Amino acid sequence: MKQRSLFDIISPVMTGPSSSHTAGAVRLGLMAKNIYNSLPEKVTFRLYNSFAQTGKGHGTDKGLLAGFLGCSVDSEKIKNIFDLNEAKKFQYAYEYEQDPDRHPNAVDFIIEGDMNMTISGNSVGAGNIEIVKIDDFAAKISGEFNTLILFYKDKPGMISKVSSLIQKENINIASLDCDRNARGQTASMCICLDGKLPCNIVYDIEKIEDVYFVRNVDKFEV
Amino acid sequence: MEYSINTFEKLLNTCKETNKKIYEIMQEKEAYDFEESIIEVREKTYKIIEVMKDAIKKGIISKEKSISGLCGDDANKLSERFRHKKALFGSTFEKITCYALATIEENLRMNKIAACPTAGSCGIVPAVLIALSEEYDLSKEDEINALITAGAIGYVISSKVAPAGAVAGCQAECGVASAMGSALAVEIMGGTDTQAVNAAALALKNILGLTCDPVSGLVEIPCVKRNAFLAIHAVTAAEISLSGIETKIPPDEIVDAMLQTGQLMSPLLKETSQGGLATTKSGKLINENMRKKLLIK
Repeated sequence: MKQRSLFDIISPVMTGPSSSHTAGAVRLGLMAKNIYNSLPEKVTFRLYNSFAQTGKGHGTDKGLLAGFLGCSVDSEKIKNIFDLNEAKKFQYAYEYEQDPDRHPNAVDFIIEGDMNMTISGNSVGAGNIEIVKIDDFAAKISGEFNTLILFYKDKPGMISKVSSLIQKENINIASLDCDRNARGQTASMCICLDGKLPCNIVYDIEKIEDVYFVRNVDKFEV
Repeated sequence: MEYSINTFEKLLNTCKETNKKIYEIMQEKEAYDFEESIIEVREKTYKIIEVMKDAIKKGIISKEKSISGLCGDDANKLSERFRHKKALFGSTFEKITCYALATIEENLRMNKIAACPTAGSCGIVPAVLIALSEEYDLSKEDEINALITAGAIGYVISSKVAPAGAVAGCQAECGVASAMGSALAVEIMGGTDTQAVNAAALALKNILGLTCDPVSGLVEIPCVKRNAFLAIHAVTAAEISLSGIETKIPPDEIVDAMLQTGQLMSPLLKETSQGGLATTKSGKLINENMRKKLLIK
């Protein structure tokens, strides 16, 4: 459970008008950018339900793009992001859908480029977010912790190889979630950490045999 | 220090036992829980106060409308009136109402505000804090003490009820902001910790049942004007409490009543825009026009 703070009550400092529809959108965009971690050719933002219905009036479209361009929730760029040169770095488009099976404030980032990736997330209230899916794999990333994300071949011993490298740095694992598409196929791991993993350890984890993809995403600055 | 302040009773007992003020307990707890110094906690708080002041300064002169075009020039209109005609209740009233509108209108213009406790209620605490600070010439330290006091009130309430319209209606957003504002007003006016909590309880008690039914689902109608109303509500609670009038229902039981009221409130009236003002004839018409304007299917 999250430790409650005075600053949950008297902040965040943010660009209005809505913590869930604006600040949450910026954070979702920022997290998707950090997971993709390279310059895309095109991003399609597919908004669902309340995000699709009331998003325009709340600047959700602007927030998602601004986040993907690296803005934080209090950035003064969000409001005019469509007019800024930065927004010309890649193509983008918006799609609006209704799907009762998805969260009221859900979004898919359909990212095309050197690597194609679809990242799904929800804005869960008070500016908090969760990334719930990367391609076909369940994920669990909130931005509350530094999080290590891996895709790898589903086989015995992978968790221990990764966790022993983390242990070498004496960093505590706050939580660990795994998913796989089928036994022996591709699997995914999201590890929330109490500390910051140094680059050389991330590099060592990338070198483990049958690890396909590694991302070390930082928690949000409060 | 390691304090547990998830009820008002615990908060006030801790104040008594340690002979400290509410803000001292809150800042010590925050510093302990997040391994920061008290100076860091206070500096972070002051940065928020600077954002509040900046939003008021910009918001009071701007007439820029929101994306929907529904709101955006109320602060300007009201301050314009007060320039020609003094308010019935004097300059503090003028400042509080104008500052509340200025802040919430900066929010809907997609400018920078502090969500305190939420974006939709962001005008209330700054309106009371900055108006009283100007009227009584507060120091930076006094301002910080006042905002941390307000934060402690919100902290205790949110131990039981999350400050979100979707959870318990607007009583949990603007209502809680008003309770926070009343406690900081008591702190600024030199009242006791008990009076600060009592003021918060009175503010909350008299706003129980307030729903969240925004037109078009936007933080505009009725949120903008409501910020001004509930900022004044905060001052009423503070004045009554400073006189020694006490709530007959203890503060923690009022929070319990708010939680229960929120649970009993129909989901149609909890930030879904499916009832109340949102589904009035005019509310629906505004919604249709707004959607046409923004090309929403």
